[in-house]
Amino acid sequence: MTHERHLLAILLENEAGALSRVVGLFAQRNYNIETLTVAPTEDTTLSRVTLTTSGDPSKVEQITKHLNRLIEVVKVIDLTEGDHIEREVMLAKVSAVGPERPEVKRTCDIFRGQIVDVSSDTYTIQLVGTTEKLDAFIRALAAGTILEVVRSGVSGIGRGGDKILSL
Amino acid sequence: MSERLSGGEMLVRALQDEGVDYVFGYPGGAALHIYDAIFKQQRLEHILVRHEQAATHMADGYARSTGRPGVVLVTSGPGATNAITGIATAYMDSIPIVVISAQVPNEFIGTDAFQETDMVGVSRPVVKHSYMVKSAADIPHIVKEAFYIASSGRPGPVVIDVPKDTTDPNELFDYEYPATVALRSYSPAVRGHAGQTKKAVAALLDAKKPVIYAGGGVIQGEGTGLLTDLAKRLGYPVTNTLMGLGCFPGSDEQFLGMLGMHGTFEANMAMHHADLIFAVGARFDDRVTNNPSLFAPEAKIIHLDIDPASISKIVNADIPIVGPAVQVLGEMHRLINAALASKPDRIDSQALAAWWQRIRRWREEHGLDHDQRHRAGGNGSLLPQQVVQAMYRASGGDAFVTSDVGQHQMFAAQYFKFDAPRRWINSGGLGTMGFGLPAAMGVQFAHPNATVACVTGEGSFMMNMQELSTCMQYALPIKIVNLNNQALGMVKQWQDMQYGGRHSHSTYRDALPDFKALCESFGHIAYRVDALDELDAVMADVFGPKHKDDLVFVDAHIDPEEHVYPMAIKGGAMKDMVLARQPGENDIREDV
Repeated sequence: MTHERHLLAILLENEAGALSRVVGLFAQRNYNIETLTVAPTEDTTLSRVTLTTSGDPSKVEQITKHLNRLIEVVKVIDLTEGDHIEREVMLAKVSAVGPERPEVKRTCDIFRGQIVDVSSDTYTIQLVGTTEKLDAFIRALAAGTILEVVRSGVSGIGRGGDKILSL
Repeated sequence: MSERLSGGEMLVRALQDEGVDYVFGYPGGAALHIYDAIFKQQRLEHILVRHEQAATHMADGYARSTGRPGVVLVTSGPGATNAITGIATAYMDSIPIVVISAQVPNEFIGTDAFQETDMVGVSRPVVKHSYMVKSAADIPHIVKEAFYIASSGRPGPVVIDVPKDTTDPNELFDYEYPATVALRSYSPAVRGHAGQTKKAVAALLDAKKPVIYAGGGVIQGEGTGLLTDLAKRLGYPVTNTLMGLGCFPGSDEQFLGMLGMHGTFEANMAMHHADLIFAVGARFDDRVTNNPSLFAPEAKIIHLDIDPASISKIVNADIPIVGPAVQVLGEMHRLINAALASKPDRIDSQALAAWWQRIRRWREEHGLDHDQRHRAGGNGSLLPQQVVQAMYRASGGDAFVTSDVGQHQMFAAQYFKFDAPRRWINSGGLGTMGFGLPAAMGVQFAHPNATVACVTGEGSFMMNMQELSTCMQYALPIKIVNLNNQALGMVKQWQDMQYGGRHSHSTYRDALPDFKALCESFGHIAYRVDALDELDAVMADVFGPKHKDDLVFVDAHIDPEEHVYPMAIKGGAMKDMVLARQPGENDIREDV
């Protein structure tokens, strides 16, 4: 059975408790959440969740159906079914002392990251990209140099002119 | 000119405007403003229960027997948590109820205040939707939405959590009950896909070994008449799920009986060997399909349901149709009539006759009472099946029958023939012991002149027997038939069949009350029956004019060794059933 990663875009009413129903559904039905991002949209009455999960196609279809059953969910799209863009933001606090310091800066430049905070022995690097790119950056740094990492989880949007609500 | 009302008054007025006649509930601190508003009006009647779980089952019984949402009012904390089992019961069987739970005042929420529970959080996995009232002004539209959501689409329970400050009698608001509901994110299907419907009709007409498998959704969707007409027009066999009993006449020749774990031999065999299964308002529950990977290997499956999430969840549907039963069945009926009018031999009548012949042979060989037949004249003890059959005879079949959960539930489902929908009321999905009596009470409130019977077992009955007091208070003439085997019969049956007869915590013979004396102490009439030759006379008394206005309890002491058959063999296909007690089965061991 194919066990694929799926990126779901979920529009829901921007109301207290709505997100807990989405998250609760995953726990209740034994579905997994790998990443989750949420924020209000250009229409402030709506929130948009991007959620990555995995499973065979029938499981993901069930997830989509059950999400649609929630009263506060307005729209669910499986972005991985079509062309889409996905990005993640990472902030990484990295040890930067002695000869390592210019090396970290070079690696950061190669990955088109930005140093957003500096201390005498650390850099804090902001990096935007796909999950794979962020993973590659972490692997590229010498072992032990990473002190702390925070990642936003994936945000995604469909390519082309179609708006999610008209799909 | 709109009126000026307090939040508590708006809540009660909104229920009135929704047409609610009964509210089942129990007061407490956080609910007192609402109870005061109830005191000051006459249009709806509040029924004081003895336990909040029973209130939810009453509302549930009311809803199942009428199709209208049942309403519950409980206080915060323990009042709310006691209601959870009943809410979960309604959720699993898709029953429309609206549960209003009082809550501590907004300013105390989150402080672990006295009788505070996060009701929206606790109930979340078992509700169709829930509301927390933030401001009293929201009450009218929340009530309107709650009733609409509970009763439309695939119905289900809705909770409204009402903090005490939003019902303050000193704060008045303009009251106007909204005429319509506008929810951009909720729009249940109003019609099935026309192309799919055509495909389904073609498949139905092409079938050589068809079965119509109809569930509770047909009853909920008011599709009973149409389904019956359609099945009659086609001449196809019909089986019902536990929840669907009554959606096709139980005494009809085309009816195969219930299917599934304790379904009839002919229903399960027909399902397994069918080349076409038309599933309507049913959800391929594990108690129906047995092992889904071995389910009906030759069958093409048409699945009609209002809930897209029910389709292809367990068993893949070849022709899925999402839509309301009435609309889709109506359309199918029209197409079938047109097809048969232009081509009367469109159905392969020879194949159908051969199929019926096989089904009749299955019925003849291993039909329901086969096990009783060969044991007739046995040890002379009363069999539970005989008690249900006697009830059926004495009531003329014209009764609402509720049940609890266990062997008695299966015997009632197998042996009482339901010819009309909404007459058989039981907890199918959640399997809630303690459901039967309060559900019967809700039915009796909704149908004051009808005969309402509750088939129970002594284990289930003891889970909500405090409601005998409520029955006395409101003079409810329910007929309770207790199939008393002095054990948790279904648990014991499984232990007999799968655990070498080790009756781990399924018996309590020496600790049971004298049920006759118990019921009499509540002021009710009670009988005890031990032998077959007393049975019909007692049932005639119970269901006759003599006790028309009395609650009567029949404590029927039945053969404690009786098992429910057929029983599906775990992990097998639908055709794999145990039909009778197996030789050498270690199941008559005495309790230790």
